[in-house]
Amino acid sequence: MRLSARHATLLVLLAAFAALPFLLPSSFHLRVATLVWIQALAAVGLNLLMGLAGQVSLGHAGFFGIGAYAVALGPRHLGLDPLLSALVGLVVSGLLALVVGRPILRLRGHYLAVATLGLGILVWLVLNSEVALTGGPDGIQVPRLVLFGWRVAGAETWYWISGAFLLFGVWLALNLEDSPLGRALRALHDSEVAARVAGIDVARAKLLVFVIAAIYAAAAGSLLALFNRFITPQVADFLHSIELVTMVVIGGMGSTLGAIVGAAILTVLPQALTVFHDYEHAMLGLMIILFMIFLRQGIVPGLASLLPRRAVA
Amino acid sequence: MSAPLIEARGVGISFGGVRALDDVSFAARSGEVFSIIGPNGAGKTTLFNIVSGLYRPDCGKVLLAGEDVTALPPHLLAARGLSRTFQNLQIFFRMTALENVMVGRHLHEERSLLPTLFRLPSVLRQNRATRERARELLAFVGLERRAEDPAGALPYGALKRLEIARALAAEPSVLLLDEPAAGCNAVETEEIDRLIVTIAERGTAVVLVEHDMKLVMRISTRILVLNHGRMLAEGSPAEVRANAEVIAAYLGRHAAEAAHAAG
Repeated sequence: MRLSARHATLLVLLAAFAALPFLLPSSFHLRVATLVWIQALAAVGLNLLMGLAGQVSLGHAGFFGIGAYAVALGPRHLGLDPLLSALVGLVVSGLLALVVGRPILRLRGHYLAVATLGLGILVWLVLNSEVALTGGPDGIQVPRLVLFGWRVAGAETWYWISGAFLLFGVWLALNLEDSPLGRALRALHDSEVAARVAGIDVARAKLLVFVIAAIYAAAAGSLLALFNRFITPQVADFLHSIELVTMVVIGGMGSTLGAIVGAAILTVLPQALTVFHDYEHAMLGLMIILFMIFLRQGIVPGLASLLPRRAVA
Repeated sequence: MSAPLIEARGVGISFGGVRALDDVSFAARSGEVFSIIGPNGAGKTTLFNIVSGLYRPDCGKVLLAGEDVTALPPHLLAARGLSRTFQNLQIFFRMTALENVMVGRHLHEERSLLPTLFRLPSVLRQNRATRERARELLAFVGLERRAEDPAGALPYGALKRLEIARALAAEPSVLLLDEPAAGCNAVETEEIDRLIVTIAERGTAVVLVEHDMKLVMRISTRILVLNHGRMLAEGSPAEVRANAEVIAAYLGRHAAEAAHAAG
């Protein structure tokens, strides 16, 4: 049954991925879809940490920001190729998670939430205030990606690139889930003491998934920067961290497809709700509240439980 | 007699100035069902928590297969062959019964990150083998028909057996069972009774904390009686049953005298 859920996720994603370019009328819409894929990549990683292992991170946009600024700062200050800079961003993000995660993952619940919140704010502060290095609150230009002489440009090109990255990220996440490590993470979510007694090194498992989630966020950040060609410290701010958490929660904790649906809703809705002008944010908040009231487990698990039992897992 | 697989030597621990355990020793061998009994608050579960690495004793030693393992963390003790169940259930409620047992196979699985992420054929083979073994263990405890049910949907007695299956999945040489029959009806208790005897016959040293005296007297090879954190008596079921101090601790002085008078 789990196998079918795994294949369903990949098939749904593949179908949406292939169909959207034919359904979307303009390059503006393709750009929104690209943003969805990018946010979804970060949310899929965060879901491994939050949904699978049950550990909160309220500072995940910090890692996103590191990935984004790596591709802006690498070429400018170090003369690195943008692609190599992105790779450096992933490594820096992963190392930061490794170093910081060791002490803070000992904390639980609210304490872990506050500690990760602090980490996110710290990254944002540096990006915001080191004006000479990062350009400060005004943001910074990102050089165009050139691959072997090919200037990567155009809404459709970026749609396919970000989609491919998301597909790859989802595949890795699903693989992780259906493995001893994935089972260990779900186990420690429910009972740490039973997990330890079963031979699971709980501290190590948490740290590993924290690092993995940080690398996902950094990859998404790098993609956004390369796609958008311009970034501000907003990519790393608290609001973005909260958005990422909300994507995971309304989509359905522990559901990879849910994280993507959550990312789609939080990215598309603000665009669609602009018709409400001044009440745009109020409407967004209201819809999130309604989702949580009527689909408490999250959208994907909530809807799946309405389907015939054997059809889903 | 063979060397003990699990041994506690002079173990003691205090919580906030209260001596919860004082100079307690015991040893259990392969194939043995060693029971620890005593009134509520005697320190039975505390002793289990020390032996399984959840508490660090103030004094004394714990030996596993002759090696000092005092205060080693639980996951390292598990790797050395010690497994346990819990008095108040510790179930992975969001996972299916089968997945709960699969978690128990953790130590016997290859867990390198890269083969996992890229889903190499070896990972798939291993997943199949783990699932297969978990199914066998569910069948062993009589839960094969509930394999795909979420653990949260199982009744209490079934969860007790699920914990045993999960502990067995690690192929322990020492198994600590903390009140496996608590809250179970007579039929379920009998099933658990049979399970424990079979597990011990296969060479595992079973250490049992249990309140059901009939069960304890029926299946134990030896019994340790704790009272107020101290050792009150140790011996075969017949010896313990005849011990006046044990009767007094359990039933009160008055009843002990009555029992004595009744002959």
